[in-house]
Amino acid sequence: MANLLNEEVTQQIRDFLKGLKNPITMVLFTKEEPCQTCKETKQLLGEVSDLNELVNVEYKDLNQDSEAAKEYGVEMAPSFVVLDQNGTYKGVKFNGIPAGHEINSFLSALLDMSGVDYGFDQSVINRLAKIDKPVNIKVFITLSCPHCPGAVQNAHRLAMLNDNIEGEMIEAQTFQELSQKYNVSGVPKIVINGEHEMVGNQPLEQYLDHLENL
Amino acid sequence: MFDFNVESTKESSAFDTIEKWDMLIIGGGPGGMNAALYAHRKGLKVGLITDEIGGQLHNTTDVDNYLGFGLVEGPKLSNAFLDHINSLDIPMLKNVKVKSMIHYAPDFELVLSNGVKLLAKTVVLATGGAPKKLSIPGEKAFVNKGVTYCATCDAPFFKDKHVIIAGGGNSAAEGVLDLVPWASKITVIHRSQWRADKVLLSKLTEVKNLDVHLESQLLEVVGETTMTGVKYLDKKTDETKTLEADGLLVEVGTVPNSGLIKEQVATNDLGEIVVDNQQKTSITGLYAIGDVTAQPHKQIIISAAEGAKAALVASQYLNKNYKERYHGEFIERRSNATD
Repeated sequence: MANLLNEEVTQQIRDFLKGLKNPITMVLFTKEEPCQTCKETKQLLGEVSDLNELVNVEYKDLNQDSEAAKEYGVEMAPSFVVLDQNGTYKGVKFNGIPAGHEINSFLSALLDMSGVDYGFDQSVINRLAKIDKPVNIKVFITLSCPHCPGAVQNAHRLAMLNDNIEGEMIEAQTFQELSQKYNVSGVPKIVINGEHEMVGNQPLEQYLDHLENL
Repeated sequence: MFDFNVESTKESSAFDTIEKWDMLIIGGGPGGMNAALYAHRKGLKVGLITDEIGGQLHNTTDVDNYLGFGLVEGPKLSNAFLDHINSLDIPMLKNVKVKSMIHYAPDFELVLSNGVKLLAKTVVLATGGAPKKLSIPGEKAFVNKGVTYCATCDAPFFKDKHVIIAGGGNSAAEGVLDLVPWASKITVIHRSQWRADKVLLSKLTEVKNLDVHLESQLLEVVGETTMTGVKYLDKKTDETKTLEADGLLVEVGTVPNSGLIKEQVATNDLGEIVVDNQQKTSITGLYAIGDVTAQPHKQIIISAAEGAKAALVASQYLNKNYKERYHGEFIERRSNATD
């Protein structure tokens, strides 16, 4: 099969991954056909993992490895989580292929999870530490949306900093039923705990305002 | 197939603690980035603050009027700019908004959305524009329920659907081209005649399933849970007509992002910041460039050029007037201000 990433993009990603600090592991769940973009997502993760030895990938089957899927709360395919160097799940999940513009939130999740300091202000970290209820942040995106990676990146960073928070990207075209359930017809659309909605990328403080009022 | 679009291969330089910046640039579009480049070359302590790199370039699929690049995707052009800036290690704060700006003459204090305060001798406002709304009944109610302002973001939701595009300029014509791969039918409704460039209009002649209603004024967006159509006035016949549609892409220009400073600086009746031919605003040390200004031609290359101009003019001001006129005065004023 031809490579998904062309030479230019491969080089860009290779350069970007030089910033990795520690090993990380992606655990991908796919399923038998029919599965939209399962094959391509598997290929993408494989190609990226080949570019840096700190990037590991494990392949699972949603149905056959149901215990593992349960552990990470994975219910759809393709879906993958990014684990830190100790193999700990910090709530960073991608549902669907992070291609197009979304490659940026994918790469940033790898770097962030490897221990790169993303320079949050101490006041944000303090506010975040006080969130003690379970929070699920769904960020619906399309691959052609340039404003979406920022929203996904924020959700993932919040998740990494607080064990009560899970952040998941949802590619709206692949998961149309879920998108319809949440009336997604414009992106990025952010849904917190299945009910609180925000449209458009929001500054971190806006996220925090929402989370503090849950 | 998936058109991978990597933003930058290099992390931006950290925003170190600097007591007072020579120049802070607000906005990371072509204008802001070029101002940063020129200020850096002049040896200024310059930093760039932006909530999104690339600005409106990200709303543009194809750019074919930036000299030297031929036909290039908007985000790719933005990446080329960003890589240039990053290669010079120009400090950049991303994903941050400036909440307020106070002018303690001659300096400026910026308060960021994360609470951080920064002090600068000069400020370049490169905050650009945001999509202008039609301000008709139903528009707000059906935002993201059919009404959209970002063709590239939301085009996939209009697969096999009928989409109306409001507007008659380049953005509207480009909106048609962005929707062609998705929509089953596209209708342009515009209150006067086309203002788009000839090259774009000639591309539209090849689009099948395109209807164009010129001299037609949109009056209302109608629907229930989602939009189902629009009402518009056919000005030629003075008839009010209804048109069924699943989506409405609004491309009627931009409104300037001048809210931060609008009350303090001279603006025109559109809220655009008034500048002279050196990008100076009505406040000494404050410059404005690109789409936030009253300059009528909202073009990438014009914003970029104005960025260069502002940086050079500011550098001159810092070398001559700033020291001569104001040296030592700030401390005193500042302590007065905080009394």
